[in-house]
Amino acid sequence: MSHLLILVPFCCVIILNLPIRKVMRSLAPVAAIVLSLLQVVMVLCFDCHFWQTQFGIIGTFFKFNLVVDRLAILMLLCIGIVSFVTAVIARVLIKERKERFDFASLLLISLSALNGIVMVRDIFSLYVFLEIAAVISFILIAFKANLLAYEGAFKYIIFSAIASIFLLCGTSLLLITSGSTDFSLINASLTAQAFSPSIILAVGLFLVGLFIKAGVVPFHWWLPDAYSEAPSPVSVYLAGIVTKAVGVYALIRVAVSVFGMHKSICTVFLLLGAVTIVVGAVAAITQTDFKRMLSYSSISQVGYIILALGSASPLGIAAACFHLFNHAIFKSLLFVNAAAVELQTGTRDMDKVSGLSQRMPITGLTSVLGSLSCAGIPPLAGFWSKLLIVIALLSTGHFVYAVVAVLASVVTLGYFLVMQRKVFFGKISEEFSNIKEAGLGIVVPEIILAAITVGIGIFFPVILNRFILPLGG
Amino acid sequence: MSASAVYLFWIFGIFIVMLFSIGLYCILATFNLIRALIGVEILIKAVTLLIIVAGFLSGHTALTQSLVITMIVIEAVVMTIAVGIVLGIHKQNKSLDVRKIRSLKG
Amino acid sequence: MHLNYLILVVLVLAALWTVMTRSLIRAAIGLAATSAVLTIIMFRLNSPLAAVFELSVCAGLISVLFVSTISLTQPLNKEEVLAHMKERLGRFWVLPFLVIAIGLTLSFIQFKLNLRLPAPEAEKDVRAVLWNLRQLDLLGQIIILITGVFGVVILFRERLKK
Repeated sequence: MSHLLILVPFCCVIILNLPIRKVMRSLAPVAAIVLSLLQVVMVLCFDCHFWQTQFGIIGTFFKFNLVVDRLAILMLLCIGIVSFVTAVIARVLIKERKERFDFASLLLISLSALNGIVMVRDIFSLYVFLEIAAVISFILIAFKANLLAYEGAFKYIIFSAIASIFLLCGTSLLLITSGSTDFSLINASLTAQAFSPSIILAVGLFLVGLFIKAGVVPFHWWLPDAYSEAPSPVSVYLAGIVTKAVGVYALIRVAVSVFGMHKSICTVFLLLGAVTIVVGAVAAITQTDFKRMLSYSSISQVGYIILALGSASPLGIAAACFHLFNHAIFKSLLFVNAAAVELQTGTRDMDKVSGLSQRMPITGLTSVLGSLSCAGIPPLAGFWSKLLIVIALLSTGHFVYAVVAVLASVVTLGYFLVMQRKVFFGKISEEFSNIKEAGLGIVVPEIILAAITVGIGIFFPVILNRFILPLGG
Repeated sequence: MSASAVYLFWIFGIFIVMLFSIGLYCILATFNLIRALIGVEILIKAVTLLIIVAGFLSGHTALTQSLVITMIVIEAVVMTIAVGIVLGIHKQNKSLDVRKIRSLKG
Repeated sequence: MHLNYLILVVLVLAALWTVMTRSLIRAAIGLAATSAVLTIIMFRLNSPLAAVFELSVCAGLISVLFVSTISLTQPLNKEEVLAHMKERLGRFWVLPFLVIAIGLTLSFIQFKLNLRLPAPEAEKDVRAVLWNLRQLDLLGQIIILITGVFGVVILFRERLKK
C-alpha cells in the first residue's frame, strides 16, 4: 500500500481546503503532526500488514510503479521524524493562525512529494517530484517576506532551475539510447552498451544536476543563503530532510540502481566528496552567524556521504545511508537549538550571546550532544557512521581520502567547540540574564532528537547487523 | 542507428548547444532579475527541443510528448512562483538590479 | 529537412534577440517569439500535441506573466535607460560572436557519439501513454498546481498586507 504514502497527505490537504475553513484552520497543524507520526509508526513496524497488502480498489485506479526497499524505508523514517519535529516546532514559532495553516498545508504536500521521491522508479517521475519539493522550498524560504529571505529564495530558484535542466538533458540523452525512463530498463541498456560517449555525457549531466541539488562544493553557493535566511522551522525542514532527500538520496539511488557504480563515477564521487568536506569545514570556522555555520557544516557532512558512496563497496553504501540518517537527526537537532536561541535572544550572531547554558540548560545539553555527534565523538551515532565510512575507505584502498575524512572530523570538532564556547558556555551577559528556556514545543523535539542520537550510538552493536549492513545490498 | 540519424542528431545538437550558451550567458552576465528568469526560460526551450529531438529520432514521440507536457506545466508553476518572489523583492527594494541588493555574503 | 535547419537558425536568432534587446518588454516578446518558432519545429518533428501546449502555455501564459511583471515593476526613466543600454552593450557584445564560434567549432568536430537506438515503442497514442503509463506524472502535475496556488496565495497576501 505504498501508494497511500503519497495519496493520503495530498488528499488531506485537499480536505483541509474545503470551504468549511473555520474548523479546518485549527485542524491543519494537528493533521501534519498526526500524519508524520503515523508514517514513523508505519515504518517502524515494517513487517506489518500494511506493506504487504495488495492494492484493492486503489490499485485499479492508480497504476504507479512504486518500490519500497530497505534504503527507502530508512528515508521514509527520516522524513517522518523530521516532518514531525518541524510540525511541532512550527506550532510554537509561527504565531499567526493563517500562516500556521499555510505552513501545515505546505508541509503535508511536501510530505507526499518527498515520499514520492523516495519510492519512485522512473527518472522522469523522479524529476517531477524533485521539482514539487523544490517549489515548496521556494515558497517556504520566502515565507517570512523580508528582503533577505526573498534573495535566498531567488538564488535557490535559479540554481534549482539550472539543476533541473541538467537533469532533463541527462534524461533525454538516456531516453534516446534506452527508449525508456524506467530505472531497470536504463540500467539494462547502460550495461549493454558499456559507456559510449553519449552515455558518458548523459550520466555526467545527470550527476551535475543532482550535485547542484545536493549542494556539493563547486555548486553550493545557493545553500547557505537559503538555509540561514529561511524562517527557523523551514531551516530545520530544509537542512534536515528536503535537500537530503532531493539531492543526496536521489544521488545514492541513481548511482546504485541506474548507473551501477562505475569506476569513473566513483572517482568523481571521491574527489568531490573530499573537496566538499574540506571546503565546508573551513568555511564553517569563519562564520559568526549560528545558522550560517550550521549550513556550511551541513555541506561538509554531505561530503562525507558522497565520499562513502565513492568507495563503491557494499559497506560504503551502507555507511553512506547510515550517515545520511544520522545527519538528518543531528542536524535537525542543531537547527532546532538555533531556533530556540534565536527565539529567546532575538539574534543569531554568535558573538553577541554567551553563557546561555545557565539559562537554557536543555537546549545547551542537547546542542552539546548534537555537535559531538556531528564531530564524531564516541559513543554517539555520528561516531559510528564516520567509523564505518573510514573503514569502507580503508578496505577499498583509499588511504588519502580516509585521512582527509579523519582530519576534517577534527576541524568539525574545532568549530563546534568554538560555537559551544561562544553561545552556551562562559559567563552570561547582562543583556540576557533573565531569559528563560524555550517552551515545551521546542524542548520536547530537542529531547526526542537527542535521545535518538544517543540511543543509536549506544545500541549500535545491536542494529549494525540487523539494519545497517543489509542497506548495502 | 543509421548514419543519417546520427548526422541529424548532431545538427540539432549544435543548435541546442548554441541555445544553451545564450541562456547561460544571459544568466551570468545580467544584473536584472527578470532577465535572469528569461535566461532560464531560454535554457528550458533548449531542453524541450532536446527531448523532442530524442523522441523523434528514437521513434518514441508519444512518450516524449507526454514528458514535455508535464515539463511545461511544471515550468509554468516555477515561473509563477519566481515572478511572485521578484515582485516581492521589487516591493521592498524598489529595484530589480542585483548590484543594489547583493547584501548576502558568498 | 533543409527547412528545419532554416527554422533552427531563426530560433537561435530569436533567442539572441531576446537576450540582447534593450527593453525588458521586448525581451519578453522575444521570448514568446522563440517559443513560437520552437512550436513550428515541434510540429515538424511529429509532436503536435506537445507543440500546442508549448504555444498556449509558454508563448501565451508565461509571456503574459512576464509582461505583467514588467509593467508592475517601475520602468526606468529615459536617461537611465540610455546609460543602462550602453553599459549593457559592453557586457553583451561578445555573445553573438561566442555563439557563432561555438556553432562553427562544433560543426567541424566529428564527434563519435556511438548512438544505438532502441526498438520503437509499442504504444503510439499520446493520450494512452499519458493516462496509462505516466499516471504518476499526472498526479505530480496536480500536486504541483495546488502547490502553485498555495504559493501565489502566500506570496501575494504578503504584498497586500503591507
